Amino acid sequence: MDFDLSDDQRLLKDSVERLIADKYGFENRKKYMQQPDGWSREIWAQLAELGLLGLPFAEQYGGFGGGSVETMLVMEAFGHGLVLEPYVSTVVLGGGLIRGLGSAAQQAAILPAIAEGKRLLAFAHVERHSRYDLFDVVTTAKREGTGWTLNGAKSVVLHGDSADQFLVTARIAGGQRARDGIGLFLVDAKGAGVSRRGYPTQDGLRAAEVTLSGAAGEAVGDPGAALPGIEHAVDRTIAALCAEAVGVMASMQELTLDYLKTRKQFGRAIGEFQVLQHRAVDMLIAEEQARSMALFATVMADEINPVERTRAIAAAKVQIGRSGRHVGQECIQLHGGIGMTMEYKAGHYFKRMTMIDKLYGDADQHLTTLAKLGGLFGAAA
Amino acid sequence: MDLTFTEEERAFRAEARRFFRSEVPESIRRKVTEGIDLTKEDIVTSHRILNARGWATPNWPVEWGGQNWSPVQLYLYQDEMQQAGVPGPLAFNVSMVGPVIAQFGNEATKRRFLARAANLDDWWCQGFSEPGSGSDLASLRTTAKRVGDKYIVNGQKTWTTLAQHADWIFCLVRTDPAAKKQEGISFILIDMTTKGITRRPIQTIDGGHEVNEVFFDEVEVPAENLVGEENKGWDYAKFLLGHERTSIARVGQSKAQVARIKRLASLERAGEGRLIDDLRFQEKLAAVEVELKALEMTQLRVVAAARHQVKGKPDPASSILKIKGSDIQQVLTELVMDVVGPYVLPYQSPEDGSNEPPVGPDYAVGAAPSYFNDRKVSIYGGSNEIQRNIIAKAILGL
Repeated sequence: MDFDLSDDQRLLKDSVERLIADKYGFENRKKYMQQPDGWSREIWAQLAELGLLGLPFAEQYGGFGGGSVETMLVMEAFGHGLVLEPYVSTVVLGGGLIRGLGSAAQQAAILPAIAEGKRLLAFAHVERHSRYDLFDVVTTAKREGTGWTLNGAKSVVLHGDSADQFLVTARIAGGQRARDGIGLFLVDAKGAGVSRRGYPTQDGLRAAEVTLSGAAGEAVGDPGAALPGIEHAVDRTIAALCAEAVGVMASMQELTLDYLKTRKQFGRAIGEFQVLQHRAVDMLIAEEQARSMALFATVMADEINPVERTRAIAAAKVQIGRSGRHVGQECIQLHGGIGMTMEYKAGHYFKRMTMIDKLYGDADQHLTTLAKLGGLFGAAA
Repeated sequence: MDLTFTEEERAFRAEARRFFRSEVPESIRRKVTEGIDLTKEDIVTSHRILNARGWATPNWPVEWGGQNWSPVQLYLYQDEMQQAGVPGPLAFNVSMVGPVIAQFGNEATKRRFLARAANLDDWWCQGFSEPGSGSDLASLRTTAKRVGDKYIVNGQKTWTTLAQHADWIFCLVRTDPAAKKQEGISFILIDMTTKGITRRPIQTIDGGHEVNEVFFDEVEVPAENLVGEENKGWDYAKFLLGHERTSIARVGQSKAQVARIKRLASLERAGEGRLIDDLRFQEKLAAVEVELKALEMTQLRVVAAARHQVKGKPDPASSILKIKGSDIQQVLTELVMDVVGPYVLPYQSPEDGSNEPPVGPDYAVGAAPSYFNDRKVSIYGGSNEIQRNIIAKAILGL
């Protein structure tokens, strides 16, 4: 039992934090958002240079062989910076899907390109009625010669507007909500039969609506049984988002505390009022509980037993969702009017926090999942 | 970072589990789990079984019977003890007066009291709160006036838990009425059989008799019963309260309670099926389990951080454990009532001497009393509002 970081991990944490402190100030972030992709290619190149884009990949693929703890450290720092770049889409989730499901040839072709910053991926799974269910898929894939042809429409594809390739869930057999018959397909974003419409998301990031009309796809993993591998990659992504959320919450807590100590009303710092002190304490408790569960998710993200992993990840996402909502709302309330303005940081953290809850299952969805699995402690009879 | 326990720690946990479950009588452990009051004999029996193994006072200095365990071992010990439903060793002896005497008492005081406290040969109770001094403990008014080689004590203590069983009471008393309120307080040990002491039971809303008032009328106490220095009692009390908070999260106890609720909910019906299969109930329970898991991880973080900290100095993060731990304990008592349904209603005192079988299922008897009684956990040990004051000051710097 040891929560300490290794020397290498400490080094990694320091270098990411320094990058965020140097390059990701609030004003810089606004500029990055104005660039054509809605994020900075220059920053992306620096992430490649630091080795962060290959962090979770094996060394043979130009990576660093980092585990979930390393990803957690990066994501927490990104939470502080409200990073706009497609790290989750490309490295954590896209790279994770290729790592988990791809053939040796696919890994060799794609992972080094990601690590060098030359390939962007986006995971396309949401459909109009699927909500958060990864197994709810209407888009179809039909075998044609050596490849596959895809038809369907994917929604809210995160960073889908700048991606070079999509990783698309599509059905080769079974009904809309059958767990069997789901495949994962690599689709060239500029290929024939693929169209996309990019747009900003509420938190200043980007997404796209993607239409596939006879688009060519290459299967990643067994096209009839890709779901378990997809679920594991998504669970790892949820753990990473939990870490990002902790960074966001810690920033909100920090900003709020600072404000309570400096804002004067009725002739004194408002932090002297006990009612506000106690609310700041409750923010801290919510943040600490979230941090604890993000750690739990991090260690459980590599768990092979899918039921144990699902319980842990679901529990963590519930805590993150609930804590995040509390900390975010209190952050705005305790700031008063200034918290409502676009020109101040607090609201941007609040918006990112709010969107994280809606990624890969919200608190309600995960609570139901956990409840149906019998909870965390003691076997249900 | 490695969140698994080492081989030695796992072996220790297994040994603790075996010991608690095989050595402490099932009849006692069942009462704890079901929320039924323990008799004095139950508490003494269980305490002495622990002490025979040196496990009543693991947190004490080794020379006085401590175990020199790592923070992780202490955590595992408490977790297994609580999950097994073993009543903790009497806190007034082992977590309160014992550590204070060991830390601040002179050699004679240590020899006179520590071994007897460890074996519960003396039952101690705590004389801190007064009718006018709750959260503002330092405003206490019970006085001890030095006359020759004695102190003359006058005043009243209240909320004195289990004073009806006590042989001794450790008291905060005012020895310098002129000093600033924290600076005129001393820590003194008083024999409960001394002339001039009167105990009066307070019945609490669960119907039980757990707390008392204790009156002191011209009580003569030998001066040697003073612990440490005169007028330094407030420092000793702060030391003691820090000790109390670190063990207050009660994660193991709440885990046992969750398991019990699942067991009981599988015996109760909801509509056409079992309550345990009702999704709304499952979700309510799962929501508490998430908070409990988070608390367990938070506690482990505090435990792990203790390696890097000055020994004996309480981590203000323990206030977080107290607030969250008490919240969860209380919510779980609500859930037990939800499970039991209409059988929450019958008031069935275990002391009424009736031979009639209980009304409804036997596990219903303690449901409402436990809920009523557990309102205390967010009040005692420094109310949760006081804990928030501590966090605001010590962690947030407000």
